[in-house]
Amino acid sequence: MTLVREALLVSGKDLRIERRAKVTLSQVVPFAAIVLLLFAFALDPDRGVLTRAAPGLFWIAVLLASLLAVSRSFAVEAENGARDALRLSGLDPMAIFLGKSLAVLAQLLVLEVVLTIGVVVLYDLSLRSLVPLALASVAATIGVVATGIVYGVLTAGLRLRETLVPLLVLPVVTPALLGATRAWEASVDGVPGEAWPWVAVLGAFALIAGTVGLLAFGPLLEES
Amino acid sequence: MSLVVSLRSAVCLLGRFPALAGVDLDIATGEVVLVSGANGAGKTTLLRLLAGLVPLRAGAVTVLGHDLAVDARAHRRDLALVGPDTFCYDDLTVAENLAFAARAAGHPPAPTELLEQLDLARLAPVAHRDLSTGQRRRLSLAIALARDPRLLLLDEPHAGLDVVGRAVLDVALADASRDGRTVLLASHELDRARTLASREVELVAGRAVGGRREESPSVPAPETAPEDVGR
Repeated sequence: MTLVREALLVSGKDLRIERRAKVTLSQVVPFAAIVLLLFAFALDPDRGVLTRAAPGLFWIAVLLASLLAVSRSFAVEAENGARDALRLSGLDPMAIFLGKSLAVLAQLLVLEVVLTIGVVVLYDLSLRSLVPLALASVAATIGVVATGIVYGVLTAGLRLRETLVPLLVLPVVTPALLGATRAWEASVDGVPGEAWPWVAVLGAFALIAGTVGLLAFGPLLEES
Repeated sequence: MSLVVSLRSAVCLLGRFPALAGVDLDIATGEVVLVSGANGAGKTTLLRLLAGLVPLRAGAVTVLGHDLAVDARAHRRDLALVGPDTFCYDDLTVAENLAFAARAAGHPPAPTELLEQLDLARLAPVAHRDLSTGQRRRLSLAIALARDPRLLLLDEPHAGLDVVGRAVLDVALADASRDGRTVLLASHELDRARTLASREVELVAGRAVGGRREESPSVPAPETAPEDVGR
C-alpha cells in the first residue's frame, strides 16, 4: 500500500509539473503531429500507400514522441539537484519508477488518442476492431515507457543523455513497434483474431520491461 | 549519550583524489558540530558521505545506527541535507515543494508555523523559479525541517542570505538544536557558525584535526569566502 501511495505521490508531482510547464502539450504533441503530417506529404495518398503504412507510421511517431517525454521526465530531476533530493527522499526506488512511469504513460496515452484521431482524419483510416487495438496500444505503451524510464535514469547524470536515450531505447523497443503495428493492422483490417497473438506478445514485453525496471531502477538511480 | 555519527579511518575518493583521507569523528545525539576547513578540505564530501550520496572506499561509517558499508540508504529518511542546490522543482510552488518533500519522508505537509518561522508564509503560492537566492535558501532549510530529521547536515547554510535571512536561519537552527536534532554544519563563516555550534572539527586535506568543544566564540574568522567550492 505504501508503494502505491509513494508512486502516486511521484506521478502526481510529475503531472503537476507538466501541467505548469505544458511541455507535452506545446512540444511533444505538435512534434508527433508534424511527423504524421510529414509522412502524409512524403507518401502518396492516392496509391493507398499511406493507408497501408498508417499503423507503422503511427507507432514510429509515438516512439519518437516517447523519447521526448522520457527525456523531459528526467530533465526536471536535473534542476537544482532534484535527483539527489529524490535519492535522499526516503521514497522506495520501485515507487519512484512506478510513479515516473505512470506520469509518462498518462501523457503518452493522451498523445495516442490525439494521434489516432489524426491518422483517421489525415490517412483516411477505418478502425474496425477497437478492443484489441486499444489493448495493444496500452500494452505497447507500458513496455515502451518502462524501457524508456530505465534508460532515462541510466543516462540521467550524463552530459550526452539527450542523444544517448534514443540510441539505447529504440533498438530495445523494436518488439513493441513490431507487435503494436501488426495488432493495429489486424484491427484496421477487421480481423481481431490475428491481433490477439500480438496483444499477448506486447503484454509479455510490458511485463518483462516493467519487472526489469522495478528491479534495476534503484541501483541505477544510485549510480546516476 | 548515544552516537549519531561515527567515522573510523573513512576514505572517500573523487575520481582518484582522496577527498577524505582517513577521517575519525564521533558525534553524539543533540550535538551541533561545526566543520571548518579551507576550500577542498573535504567538508562537502563529508556531508555527502554521511547522507549516503558518495561511496565509502575504506574505513567504517555508522550513521543513525546504520553501517554505510552495508546499506547507504536505510538512514536517509531520518536525515536532511541542505547544500548548494535547493533540491526543489522550478515549476512547483513553495508550498508544493514543501508538501512533496514532507510526504516523501512519510510526514504530513509542512505546518504553517514552519513557513512563518522561515518567513516564507507569504511566498507559499510562488513558484520556486520566481524566488530570490535568499528565499530559495530559506525554502531549502524549510524542506529539511519539514522532513523532521534526526540528523541535519548543513553545507554553507548562510551563503546567499541577507542579514534578516541569516538571523531567521540562526533562530531556526537554535530551535532545531533545542528540539534534540543533531546538526553538522560546514561553513566558512566561522564567527557566525561558532555561535551556533557546541564543537568545532577542522578538516585539513581530508583529515579531521580538531574536535575541541567551545562554549563561546573565541577565534576570529580567518576567511569569509561566500561559497564553499571545495569537495
